[in-house]
Amino acid sequence: MKELTCIVCPRGCRLHVDDDMNVTGNFCPRGAQYAISELTHPVRTITSSIKVTNRDYTLVSVKTTNPVPKDKIFAVMEEIDKLSVEAPTRIGDIVKKNILGLDSDIVITKNID
Amino acid sequence: MRQIDLVVIGSGAAGMAAAIEAKKNGVNDLLILEKDEKLGGILNQCIHNGFGLTEFKEELTGPEYLQRFVDEVKRLEIPYKLNAQVIDLTKDKVITYSSKEDGLVKLQAKAIIMATGCYERNAGAIMLPGDRCSGVITAGTAQRYLNINGLMVGKRVVILGSGDIGLIMARRLTLEGAKVLCVSEIMPYSAGLNRNIQQCLIDYDIPLYLSRTVSKVIGKDRLEKVILSAVDENLQIIPNTEMEFECDTLILSVGLIPYVSLLNYIDCPISSTKGAVVNQYMETMIPGIFTAGNCLHVHDVVDFVSQEARLAGRSAALYLRNEIDNNEKKIAIKPGQNISYVLPQFVLENSVDDITFKFRVRKPLKDQVVMIRSGETVLGKVVKPALIPSEMVMVSLSKDKLQEVKDEIVISVEDR
Repeated sequence: MKELTCIVCPRGCRLHVDDDMNVTGNFCPRGAQYAISELTHPVRTITSSIKVTNRDYTLVSVKTTNPVPKDKIFAVMEEIDKLSVEAPTRIGDIVKKNILGLDSDIVITKNID
Repeated sequence: MRQIDLVVIGSGAAGMAAAIEAKKNGVNDLLILEKDEKLGGILNQCIHNGFGLTEFKEELTGPEYLQRFVDEVKRLEIPYKLNAQVIDLTKDKVITYSSKEDGLVKLQAKAIIMATGCYERNAGAIMLPGDRCSGVITAGTAQRYLNINGLMVGKRVVILGSGDIGLIMARRLTLEGAKVLCVSEIMPYSAGLNRNIQQCLIDYDIPLYLSRTVSKVIGKDRLEKVILSAVDENLQIIPNTEMEFECDTLILSVGLIPYVSLLNYIDCPISSTKGAVVNQYMETMIPGIFTAGNCLHVHDVVDFVSQEARLAGRSAALYLRNEIDNNEKKIAIKPGQNISYVLPQFVLENSVDDITFKFRVRKPLKDQVVMIRSGETVLGKVVKPALIPSEMVMVSLSKDKLQEVKDEIVISVEDR
């Protein structure tokens, strides 16, 4: 039996997973999915910000389109730190496709005119 | 002086949602005043995700969440002024704002929605003991430096207070290369959401010390050391329990306070939440002045800010059509057992809608039932398996039930 806290939504359900991977304590089906993923292949969405080269002192926020493996978080952060864009930016603009071959893109999350 | 039906002060999650809803309910003569250079308020710096699950059924970052509202403001052609700081408000609803573009402007409003958000408690507010060196900074300020200006606030960091912004910053600073040594919380439980303990602390092996606080800040120019001590059940420091941390930065995440300076100018009654006393329309004791979001009470989830603000927006439309009668009988709403506050604080008897009560519990509780009573009469009850102070609770009551009420309603949380 394993116990974990669901991070899918602010509710933060206390999840219990038995040896046969049966999940209890989840309020919604996404909690069960999360528990199984967390115990077999834990992943996280990463958010950060990158430089806007043609604006003074300006950053634009970005995120991974798909969550990436937990043990790759710092490797992905290193890649994100190398990125920069020019304004204007639009939400959803792809800055880097398929980062580190993890099947996740880095996209803009803020409009800067 | 320009006459105007509705002015919304603030364009964050609350202000934009309120203005949009007012416009959709037929208020065409309105204006949003925003002191910053862009719409969106604090969401601009909240680049992490987890927003929008209730509002949009998807997980968004703060900037993505606010953009949905900006798009709607623009689609509905709702006028707004940026860089416009409101500097005065009178009881008869004259607003004075100052902006570079317009200079000093006075507006005579018929209705006002206050959506000014909240501010952070700082070192002075908690009487932080020790030296007054640089390197002590509030979590929201650190967030702005890092996410908007691209400035790192330090390399070795201790965080005091386990509020959500502190937890989010623990992760954010770690990702950007800082070493976060620990989070210290004076209470025996966290002030933040469980999911943030998991994804911001446990994920990065950052220890959370409960019942522990800063007993001394040491540093000549820049912060050099922070001493943490254990506290007893009365939150008094226990001697000889010191833990020493060499660090250059202390981040404070020790609570948020509704920003109500303008309401204080007009002697608007304030409640224990430090926001205004309101009725079910989110209307303050001054008829025609409405309020919602973090300047009313500090929320943990932005989706509920937007929801509350829509109620204020629609209410302002009702008020402008003279559909709210402030002379009706007022029913007082009182917090009972285990509850720190409840909103609204009073209800006008003939309600247009059912009433939603919002409250927080004083301490973590399991297997509880929320009781809504008037005297001996039970108006409603809702079973809750688990309740924590960091999570706002909502229960609703049919407006028909108000007819059974004598003078007041008491909400309490009791063992099942």
